[in-house]
Order: sequence, then structure tokens, then C-alpha cells
Amino acid sequence: MSHLPVLIPITLLLSAFLIPLAGYVKRDFAFAIASVGAFLAFAFSLRGLLMVLSQGEIRYHLGGWAPPIGIEYVLDALSAFMAAVVTLIGLVVLIYSRRSVLHEVPQRVVPLYALAMLLLAGLVGIIVTGDLFNLFVFLEISSLSAYALMAIGDDRAPVASFRYLILGSIAGSFYVLGVGFLYFSTGSLNMADVAQRLPALYQSRAVAAAAIFIFIALGLKMALFPLHLWLPDVYTYAPSAVTALIAPIMTKVSAYALIRMLLTVFQPHYLRDMLPVTSVIAWLGAAGILYGSIMAIAQSDFRRMLAYSSVSQIGYIGLGIGLANPLGLIGALLHILNHAFMKACLFLVAGSIRFRTGRWEVSSFAGLGRKMPWTMAAFTVAALSMVGIPPAAGFFSKWYLLLGGIDRGNWFFVATILLSSLLAAVYFFRVLEQVYAGRSEESAFKNVSDPPASMLFPTIILGAGVLVLGLLNSIIVSRILELVVAPLNEPRG
Amino acid sequence: MPQVAESYFSLAPLAAVFVSLIAAVLISLSSRKPNLRETWTIVAALCKFAVVSSMLPAVLSGLRPEITLFDIAPGVSLALKADPLGLSFALSASLLWIFTSFYSIGYMRALKEHDQTRYFASFALCLSATMGIAFAANLMTFFIFYEVLTISTYPLVIHKESPAAISAGRKYLAFLLSGGVALLLAVGLTQRVAGTLNFTPGGFLSVSMGQAGLLALFSLFLVGVGAKSGLMPLHSWLPTAMIAPTPVSALLHAVAVVKAGVFGFARVMGFVFGPELAGEIGATTLTAVIAGATIVIASLLAMAQDNLKRRLAYSTVGHLSYIILGTVLLAPAGWLGGLFHITTHAAMKITLFFCAGAIYVKTGRENVSELDGIGRQMPITMAAFTVGALGLAGLPPVGGFLSKWFLAQGTVETGQPILLAVLLLSGLLNAGYLFPIVIRAFFKSSKDFTKFDEAAPLMVVPLLFTAAFSVLLGIYPDGIFHFYSLSAEAALGVVARGAP
Repeated sequence: MSHLPVLIPITLLLSAFLIPLAGYVKRDFAFAIASVGAFLAFAFSLRGLLMVLSQGEIRYHLGGWAPPIGIEYVLDALSAFMAAVVTLIGLVVLIYSRRSVLHEVPQRVVPLYALAMLLLAGLVGIIVTGDLFNLFVFLEISSLSAYALMAIGDDRAPVASFRYLILGSIAGSFYVLGVGFLYFSTGSLNMADVAQRLPALYQSRAVAAAAIFIFIALGLKMALFPLHLWLPDVYTYAPSAVTALIAPIMTKVSAYALIRMLLTVFQPHYLRDMLPVTSVIAWLGAAGILYGSIMAIAQSDFRRMLAYSSVSQIGYIGLGIGLANPLGLIGALLHILNHAFMKACLFLVAGSIRFRTGRWEVSSFAGLGRKMPWTMAAFTVAALSMVGIPPAAGFFSKWYLLLGGIDRGNWFFVATILLSSLLAAVYFFRVLEQVYAGRSEESAFKNVSDPPASMLFPTIILGAGVLVLGLLNSIIVSRILELVVAPLNEPRG
Repeated sequence: MPQVAESYFSLAPLAAVFVSLIAAVLISLSSRKPNLRETWTIVAALCKFAVVSSMLPAVLSGLRPEITLFDIAPGVSLALKADPLGLSFALSASLLWIFTSFYSIGYMRALKEHDQTRYFASFALCLSATMGIAFAANLMTFFIFYEVLTISTYPLVIHKESPAAISAGRKYLAFLLSGGVALLLAVGLTQRVAGTLNFTPGGFLSVSMGQAGLLALFSLFLVGVGAKSGLMPLHSWLPTAMIAPTPVSALLHAVAVVKAGVFGFARVMGFVFGPELAGEIGATTLTAVIAGATIVIASLLAMAQDNLKRRLAYSTVGHLSYIILGTVLLAPAGWLGGLFHITTHAAMKITLFFCAGAIYVKTGRENVSELDGIGRQMPITMAAFTVGALGLAGLPPVGGFLSKWFLAQGTVETGQPILLAVLLLSGLLNAGYLFPIVIRAFFKSSKDFTKFDEAAPLMVVPLLFTAAFSVLLGIYPDGIFHFYSLSAEAALGVVARGAP
């Protein structure tokens, strides 16, 4: 099964093309094909992950052309892990989406599913590709489908999406510029090949420029503070299923690309010791954590609060990457996984609340704890995990980040990680208060109950997943993530 | 008694945690059948006590039931282990939970409270977390249950759902989550500095790590566990949290939650730093000053409270610092007194809260100034109250006398006249804020209370039991479940030098 690396994106791409055809016949086919496609992609990713863990990395040469001439797809511990996370979250959200999409945008079901699959294909492509330019292609595939997906939604969605389009295009061109510099410096586009040629060129200004362009580009795509400006509006106005699909995984995949650059393309030694890129990322991450948390506290719209919370959580990931030591990066990678679960769960809850009540404002959630007990139980678990209460998953990524910060000896980072838990407690407990102890003066919620099973189960699975991931984090860390961060253990050159 | 305690595999510590966890699930699922729901609570309380006390013979003979579940982070396992210190805490909490359960049912039904399912489920969850704290074999396990306890108590604090209750909940979270953050940092630093988190009698940190750094680390621990144990100036959430239903104040804010704080302090002092190291780096002096000040100030503040439950809360703040004070005396008697006070104070304070709750249910009154002559209407309740008050003031034959006696002995042995003075003074202050209530109740006359009218038996019987328990602890300290032996053995395990 050495075809696995390419099978994952191909499955998704294929279903993206099938959906308009089948959807033309019957609208419900769109959902069915999307779910099956996502399920297969997840199955392939999982199998890939297990194979990588038992046999080492899998390399696939597209069209039989050997690298560095041909394009190479690589499943190693890092990419297999990420592919599994992205396809799993995609699958769960897609299952949830059926009722929610029919409810919110009934006339755009078919294009929505086609675009969603295209988005997933692009994201998975970014993950498995071992080629710098191919990564750009997938970056654009995912971005273009994301612009379109986000524009489906209420009246303000197209404007928000347009803003994202502009910033996303800037990011895309910066990335291409960076890759261009790398290409004429090294004469190669294959990541492994470039990595071998780069150490001789570390003094070159062009390489430094390439690194800076690429990091600004990926920083924009992952919404690292202060490049996050596109995010809150987009998350707020897109259909809830779309937000639930995009928010947990899309920014994470850009973070993955950043880690890939750090670990594989440029050596950690270069970005940490010769060019202060990782320090900058760490400081921006820390600033983002604080900014996102404070802005989240100021929001009264639930979705917007979650969006700013995402800015803050991306800050965690940035900080972990920027620490550039093994524990920090383990924290960042684990947080990619954990946050994907938590945020997906939270946005699914937001979607369910909208599905049943049509409301977004936190102040109107009074009494929902009694009306939607299961949804709110999942919300409580995910919220506590965001705050970092053990044994929920969110605690453990913070734990590794904390240890990484201590190892780095930077007390500002340590304090930021700890303080933001308290800030998260402020905005999540405000919601919990409303949900469980708020007085609802209106009888508007008379007939409100938990959403139908197809929406409720994915939410509960994610909520339970947050607890399971927390208890089993040690397995993930010692079996997978410690392999990934091994390059950071090498002594500094 | 063997020098090195032998561990053996046992499911009992885990079962102690799980009994009430399962009960919490069953309670949630039986919300439509109140009688079935309350049955789960009672069954769980009895089972839990049976499981915990089943470990007693083994632990007293020097064995340690232990269970290591799995790695919760690489190199750190989720592990539970019953040692004398943990067992005595678990035993008193689970024993008092039985009484509290009956009392809760009487109290909640008498007041026709809303959301009783949430109340009982949270209560069961709190007890699970308490067992986890008591049996935690390392700092990480301890921290996990410590945070779970913080969160599972929150729904009980805001139970009333009034604006005042919600703001009390915010204050509670602000203090306890901040404390949790300090504790987390301390645990993380310990992990990086020492490479281990396993509790070891006598401590595992060593002075080679630098005095100033260790003192800073200790201060973080002190803030972390101090928030829960009401150490001043981190105490102010506790009087505010008295807005919770009285059984919550009784078991959680006098026994489980706040004692988890002082218990954590004892763990840090005796099993992370070790009393000797703590003395060397000046941590004991620091703590003694804060705890001594807390005792005196809290007692003075208690006098100024008219609300009965708030007065009791300030009294709790003071008494928690007795325990902390005991563990910073580098003498077995000090530790013995402190640890024994965990149990005796629990029995006495829970009695007083039960009485306050009975009065509230029967008369709707919460203030001391309204209680003139209530001894005529509720003589049984007020008799129990008197027993608790005598005990807190440290008068024999109630248990409080013994623990205070050992504490005083500890101050004498270590040559701390100031701390001895603090203990004696606070005994007087205790009498000063509790006896007037008794005097009002029995010797002042009032038209309101003339005929005999006690609260329901579901409430009166438990408070009689806890009052009797307080007295038994005083006259026969080792008779009931060997609380004295457990405390003594735990004390000797930590402060080995110079037996009392």
C-alpha cells in the first residue's frame, strides 16, 4: 500500500467532483458522497499513521517521477498524524452538517458539500506533499474553496469573505515569493532536497528573505496575531457548519506547514539560532494569546467570542512552535489536536443553539442547560478543556507548553500561558453561568430541546473525545509526537 | 512499626474514587424519581465508607494499598496510594458524608429546593475528587483531582442562582482557579527541577537546588493550596460562599474542600519539601507567621459577624490555620495535633453547620441576634451546638481539646512561645464568638420560641451523631476507626526524629 500518501487527497478530490454530478440528480446524494469520501480519507489516514508508526515513513513519487524532479508525497509521523486529525474532524463535522445546512442554507447544499470536500482535499494535500510548490497549489485550492464556502451565509458573509480573500491572496503571493527565492538559491523544490542544500547557503540573504516571506505568509494563513484580522468576521458570519469545519482545522494546517518548514526545510538550528524567526513567532504567539483572550471577554456574540478564543488558542500553537524546544513543540502539536476537538465541539454547540433557538447572544442563553442538557454537557466539557481543567485534553497541551516555557527560561511566556487560563475561565464561565443559572424571563424557549441525533451525536462524540484525549495524551505524545520533535533534541550546531 | 512501608496492589483506592462517580451518573439519570435518586446517594455513601475503612487494618499494619493506572504524561503516572495521612482524611470525609447525605435529604426537601438532581450529583462528584486528593500518590494526580474538586463545587456554590450566589461563584472561581494556576506552575517547576513528582515521606527536594529558588517554589505551593485552605489573605471567598445550601457549607466548606487545601499543604510540607528542608530555607517561619496571623485575625473577624454561617466560616478559616501551624512545627506532636485536628474540627464544625441549617429550616433565621431563647424551641439542636462550641474552644471532653493539646505540646517542644500564645489566645476568642450564641439560646427569653419544635428527624439525628462523634474523639480518640493512630503514624512518618 505505498499508494497511501496520494490516496488520501485523491479520495477527497474525487468526491468533490462527484458531488455536483450526483447532487444534480438528487440533493441528498451530495451529503452521502461527502460522508463516504471523508470516511475513506480518514480510514486511509489512520492506516497510514499505523503503518508509519510500525514501518517508518512512506514516500510516494507522483507519476513515477523520482524527486527532486518529480513531486513527492510523504507520510511521516508528523504528516500522518495531521492527516488523521484533519480527516477525522472533517468527517465528524460533515455528519453533523446535514440538518444544519438544510436548515440554514437549503438552496446551496450541493455547492457547499462540493466546496467542503475541495477544501479538505486542499488541506490534506498541504499535509502530505513533500514539494514546496505543490504545497502552494494545495494552499490555493483550500483557500479558494474556503472563500467561496465562507461567502455562503448571511448578508455580511460575502464582505467578510472578501476581506479574507485579499489577505489570503497576499499570503499566497508572499509564499510563492519565498519559494521562488528558495528555488533560485538551491535549484530545487523538493523539501528534503532543499533541506540538504540549504546549510551551505545559510549566509545567503536570499535564503533569509525566503524564510521571512514564507513565515509571514503562513502566519497570515494561520491567523497568528497581528495577522489575524480576517478571522473574527469570517467565523462569525459563515454558516455554522462551515465555521465548524474551517475553524478547527484550517488554521492548524497552516501551523503544520510552519512546523514543516521549521523541522524539515530549514533546520531548527537556522531559524532558532541564526535568524530569530522562532523568537518572533513565540512573542507574537504570546501577544496573540493575551489579545485574543481579552477580546473574547469583550464579546457578547457567542460565535465571535469563540472566534477570538481561536486567535488566542492559535497563539498557544505559535508560542509552542516558537519555543523551538521539544516540550514546547509537543505542546503545540498536541494543542493542534486538542484544540481541533474542542473548537469543533464548541462550534457544533453554537450551531445546535442556532438550529433550535436562532440566537447567538450569550445573554439569551439563559436556561438552556435545562432545555438542551446533552448539548450543554458537551459544551461544559469543551469549555472546561479550553480553560485547562484536567483531565480534559486542553490541560495537557498547556502542561507541555508550560514545561517548554520553563525549559526556555522565559518567565513572560510561562506567565502568559498561565494567565490566559484565567482569562479563558472568565469568558467561558460567563456563558456557563447563563446556561445553567441564568434567569430566562421570556418563555421563548418553551419547545427548545436537544437537536436531532444526527447533530447531537457528533457533538457528544467530540465532547467525550476531549476527555479521552486528555486521559490518553501520554500515548499520543510518546508514540507519535516524540518522534516528530526528535530533530529538536540534536545539540545546537 | 516497619520503617519502610510495603506497597501492594489494591483496587480499593480506585474504588473509593469510583463509587461516588458512578453514583453521580446514576443520580443524574434518576432525576424523575427523587426517592431512587436519594437511594443512590445513601448507597454510595455507605459503600464508599466501607471501601475506605476496609483499607484500615492493612495501613495500620504498615502496608500501603496502591494502584498505578497509566501514564498521564510521559514519566508521570496516574497513581493512587493509601497512606496513614491520606486514609485519615478519606475516612473522616467519607464517614461524614453518610451523615451529610441524610441531612441533605431532610434539608433540601424541607426547603423544597430546585435542581436537587444537580445538587446531589455535584455532591457525589465532589466526594470522588476528595478521595482522589486523599489517595493521590504524586503531585500530578493530586493536581488533577484538586482542580476537579474546584469545578465540581462550583454548581453547589451558585445553587441559589440569585445574583448574590452568582457573584459568590465568581469570587470562588477567581480565588480557586488562581490558586490552581499557582499550583500548576509549582508542579511544573518541581517536575523540571526534581524530575519526579512522587510523594515521598520526608520529601524529595534537596537543598542543592538553591535556597532562594526553593523558597519561591514553596511560596507558589503556599498560594496554590492556601487559596483552598483559606489562608489569609486568600480566605475571602469562603465567607461569601456561605450562600450555598447549608449541607454544602457543612461538608464541603468545613470538611472536604477546605481540608483538601490543608491536606495538600501537609503533602507539600511533608512529602515534597520535607520539614527539615522547609525549615532550612525559612519556609516554616514564613508559613508560621501567616498561619498565626490568620488564626488571630479570623477569630476577631468571626466576632464581628452577625450572620451565623459567616461567623462559622471565619471560625473555619482560623481552624484551618491550626492545622497548617501544626505541620510547620518540626515536632511529631505538632504534626499529630494538626492532622488529628483535621478530623476533630471536621466533626465539630459540621455539627455547628448542621445546627445552623436546622435553625434556618425551622425558623428561617440566619442571624445570631435573632436567636434569643431558641434553646427552648430546639433544645436538642442547641445542645449539639453547645458540644461543638465547647470543642472548638478546646475544652475537654470534646475532641478539639486533644488536638489543641498536642498542638500546644508541639509549640513547647520546639520552643515557640509566641505560637503557644497564639493558640491560647485563639481558644479564648473561639469561646468569645461561640459561647454568646449558646447563652442567648438558653438564657435569654423571647416570646417567639416557647413551644418545643425541632426540625425533622432526618436532620436532627445526623447532627446528634456528629456531636456524639466529636465527644467520642475526645474521650476515646483511637476507638472510632483509629483516627488517632492514623494521625500519629502519619506524623512519625514525616517527622521521624525524636518520638513524642
